[in-house]
Amino acid sequence: MRETPLSNCERQFLLTAIKEKKRLDGRQTYDYRNIKITFGTQYGCCIVDLGKTSRVLAQVSCELVAPKENRPTEGILFFNLELSQMASPAFEPSRQSELLVKLNRQLERCLRNSKCIDTESLCVVSGAKVWQVRVDVHVLNHDGNIMDASSIAAITALCHFRRPDVCVQGEEVTVFTPEERDPVPLSIYHMPICVSFSFFEQGTYLLVDPCEREERVMDGLLVIAMNKHREMCSVQSSGGIMLLKEQVLRCSKIASVKVAEVTELINKALENDKKARYVFEFL
Amino acid sequence: FPLRRKRVLLLRGKNTEAMLDSFKERVGEVLLPGDVFSFESPGSESNIQDKVICGPGLRRNGDEILVCKSGILRHKEPNLYWIDSQQKRYVPAKGECVIGIVTAKSGDVFKVDVGGSEQASLSYLAFEGATKRNRPNVQVGDLVYSQFIIANKDMEPELVCIDSSGRANGMGVFGTGGLLFKVSLGLVRKLLVPQSEIVKDLEKIFPFEMVVGMNGRIWVKARSTQQTLIVANILESCENMTAQQRRTLFKKVAQNAS
Repeated sequence: MRETPLSNCERQFLLTAIKEKKRLDGRQTYDYRNIKITFGTQYGCCIVDLGKTSRVLAQVSCELVAPKENRPTEGILFFNLELSQMASPAFEPSRQSELLVKLNRQLERCLRNSKCIDTESLCVVSGAKVWQVRVDVHVLNHDGNIMDASSIAAITALCHFRRPDVCVQGEEVTVFTPEERDPVPLSIYHMPICVSFSFFEQGTYLLVDPCEREERVMDGLLVIAMNKHREMCSVQSSGGIMLLKEQVLRCSKIASVKVAEVTELINKALENDKKARYVFEFL
Repeated sequence: FPLRRKRVLLLRGKNTEAMLDSFKERVGEVLLPGDVFSFESPGSESNIQDKVICGPGLRRNGDEILVCKSGILRHKEPNLYWIDSQQKRYVPAKGECVIGIVTAKSGDVFKVDVGGSEQASLSYLAFEGATKRNRPNVQVGDLVYSQFIIANKDMEPELVCIDSSGRANGMGVFGTGGLLFKVSLGLVRKLLVPQSEIVKDLEKIFPFEMVVGMNGRIWVKARSTQQTLIVANILESCENMTAQQRRTLFKKVAQNAS
């Protein structure tokens, strides 16, 4: 099914509203929508809601595989983002759209290339057996800013995930079930989080966390991935607009504030979940 | 209530009475797809003829009536029954007025997106005062308020912007400025009821223009961007509010506005 076209009147209205520093849902220019993080019953399952409409689910799983030949002592990380039709009727199933490729690439750059996960700790037997950690991100509802929601969901799911404990005796590898030995968390060095900025009127106006309709009117997008130590992990600009140095610097400053807030939120959510699980175990 | 696609069932004698009773018992209740109203097959001959009119959400299958939408059973005198549901997906129905977005001009028709499964076509001659020489000024992306003259499940739906006497009667291209947004079909029907309470209360706060399409699209325009946004957000929030809650909200907004 085709996407609902954007009418001229919506476009006009959005642009005048942005000029007057107003947004459709009453947010300020630099405001995020309300972020809600919930966990599934399994370890490594995380759902992130942005406002009432955007919703993303991330699920982490792992299995023992042979390592890559050139990196015999490193575990493998695999990311896969999917845009199902459920999210928006405009997404076509089983087609590699430009948006899908862009999102997948950005997620990989944000989480794998930033080396936030210790891949060497995922090695079981050098050159023979390593853990392959797979992160599946499903977009359940699309109302703009899939990137930020997926990056939050993916990193939270990775923090939440526990892999089965293993024991190596000589050549023999034993994998323990959760009943035998408590599963162990992954070692995560830092938490990179993407923050999207959309630009209007050739970069004159800037909005944080654009919703779907704003994304359709925008001229360009800048995605900055950063951790709470203010280390930049990736910067991606799309839409082909020229940005000034000051603008990028200003964006990075805003990003650092937002990332600190989001990291706080994630830690709180993880803590709450831990407590809930602890109580549940003793019941 | 604007009803769509009435189905008339002719039922006879005492069976009808049994049927009506089973209907009357459940008015106001929540029904789910698959619920059945059954009555015995007409065996005894009787002279009394009675009509039961089934509106949306009810379907006849042989000797029984099936519920095919979830919602509340409603009744209107004498024998009109329908299911009041809160769906978002629009299915075109003949005679309904909708807000469409022009997506393409091809030859002598415009393609219009109405939010249904298929795009509707709108002839350029179907505007007030339009002739072969004098074409209406319609651009891609414009909004049109128009009426369905053909809408059935096997054919491409067709729209017109004139009534049977060739007058525009409020239809045509509109929407310079103002904001378009989507709400559920249930809310749209609430707004379109003659003397709708929501609209009455809202127009006391400040003046604004509004176009409501049966396809769930609403266009509003007030004096300023701020006021337009307020109206749009209030209408969206009316979806899940009781009359009491709505009045308190409106009071609060009116205080802030003045």
